[in-house]
Amino acid sequence: MNLVLDAIAWILDPTNWEGVGGIPQRLWEHLWISAVILLIAAAIALPVGVLVGHTGRGREAAVTVSGALRALPTLGVLSLFALWLGIGLRAPIPALVILAIPPLLAGAYAGIESIDRRIVDAARAMGMNERQIVGKVEVPLGLPIIVGGIRSATLQIIATATLAAYVADFGLGRFIFSGLKTRDYAEMLGGSILVIVLALVVDGAFALTQRLVVPAGVRATRFTELRSRPARPRAAVG
Amino acid sequence: MIEFRGVTKQFPDGTVAVEGVDIVIPPHKTTVLVGSSGSGKTTLLRMINRMVDPTAGQVLIDGTDVATVEPVALRRGIGYVMQNSGLLPHRKVVDNVATVPLLRGTSKREARAHALELLDTVGLDRSLAEKYPAQLSGGQQQRVGVARGLAVDPNILLMDEPFGAVDPIVRAELQQELLRLQEELGKTVVFVTHDIDEAFLLGDQVVIMQQGGRISQAASPVEILANPADDFVADFVGARRGKRALHVTEVDGQRLVVDADGRPAGVLAS
Ligand SMILES: Nc1ncnc2c1ncn2[C@@H]1O[C@H](COP(=O)(O)OP(=O)(O)OP(=O)(O)O)[C@@H](O)[C@H]1O
Ligand SMILES: [Mg+2]
Repeated sequence: MNLVLDAIAWILDPTNWEGVGGIPQRLWEHLWISAVILLIAAAIALPVGVLVGHTGRGREAAVTVSGALRALPTLGVLSLFALWLGIGLRAPIPALVILAIPPLLAGAYAGIESIDRRIVDAARAMGMNERQIVGKVEVPLGLPIIVGGIRSATLQIIATATLAAYVADFGLGRFIFSGLKTRDYAEMLGGSILVIVLALVVDGAFALTQRLVVPAGVRATRFTELRSRPARPRAAVG
Repeated sequence: MIEFRGVTKQFPDGTVAVEGVDIVIPPHKTTVLVGSSGSGKTTLLRMINRMVDPTAGQVLIDGTDVATVEPVALRRGIGYVMQNSGLLPHRKVVDNVATVPLLRGTSKREARAHALELLDTVGLDRSLAEKYPAQLSGGQQQRVGVARGLAVDPNILLMDEPFGAVDPIVRAELQQELLRLQEELGKTVVFVTHDIDEAFLLGDQVVIMQQGGRISQAASPVEILANPADDFVADFVGARRGKRALHVTEVDGQRLVVDADGRPAGVLAS
């Protein structure tokens, strides 16, 4: 209990909010690297996931690759990259991108797959080309689940970006590692609390976004839909 | 005019959905494909707009083999109405109706204005234009589906059990509406149903299909009743035992028409 109070005192100590290596700088670094990692991972995983969901092809491969990536211990991968690429941010970025890909990929293809096939079929029969089907039908309707994938990837990135400090002078993890070294447990716990608070705040923002991206026509009528639609989408062609 | 020449469709899993179909679908008339579930009606219909490509034979529209037409362009010129309306749930009614004209490059303003007119055409109040599909009743959704099918003023309108999911009263209403519309517009309508009553009501030509995707008979309702091609057709249309096996009996000097069970269908007018 004392330790927690000490940690909070450490967070509130104005001297920790100043200068080089202060909380604002570390917070900013942490957010920045998380955003960069998210963007890189999204640029890789979202198009692939959407394509898999749209075509229904390569799903097995996506599941296998996701499973394999998920099984990799991030600290081990990070160490490996650090040995190979050296100290600095070059190692943590790819290590964390690998971590973020599975939830992004799964969110993207699950989002597209969740759409009633009859709607897609009708869109095609009307004369939408494949690109229009993806852009005007599948992505808007699958967006809540896609954003869900981005949300869980972001949480993992923010939590695990702490490890970047293991090989670089970067991010909130610095407090944890330096506290560990100097046995300054108040600093160590204070750093952890900051990471947790940051994660919660960002998660809250995503929860809100996820609700906002539910298309109006779907949101307005959740209840009627629950009553009148079959639970599982039926085949497109009857 | 739509023409099927020796058309067969075998799906990759080996199912033969349509086999050796030769048929001519006359322009500006309603042709109804009728048959039990799995007889290949939907498959046959979807070969017209290349949602399905035949494995043998040809489908021609006004003499042009559809296989030589780019599918997306072909589909944009053909109206398509399906059972569960297939409306885009995230778009308002008016935007749903305007979808294809917008794809074809019509200006947004013009497309929306035309969409509103089409709501009138199919008997929907314009106040529904800004609603989302899920806020409408099943019958209203189907009308929107028809309006969308008409949006590019296509010569051909494909309708796959469009009234299959609404209750009998609304269904009868929609059927009358379609008859009225067709009187006005004179489209080449290809209509799929498994309800023989609906087929006889709407069809200028009725095509009776049986399992394995073969055509048993294609003719006008009158001709089918007068000369059923075989036992299957006679049974299917109920000309032997069903409510169409009518005969006349005399009761108190009145000549009544009764069905096979003796239930009165009406009085024979003189
Ligand atoms: N994509 C497909 N792959 C394999 N078989 C299919 C496919 N689509 C249809 N079939 C099969 O082809 C046959 C004809 O199907 P079709 O949908 O044309 O029948 P239908 O007459 O429209 O039936 P319903 O009245 O139930 O709508 C069925 O046996 C069906 O299972
Ligand atoms: Mg069908």
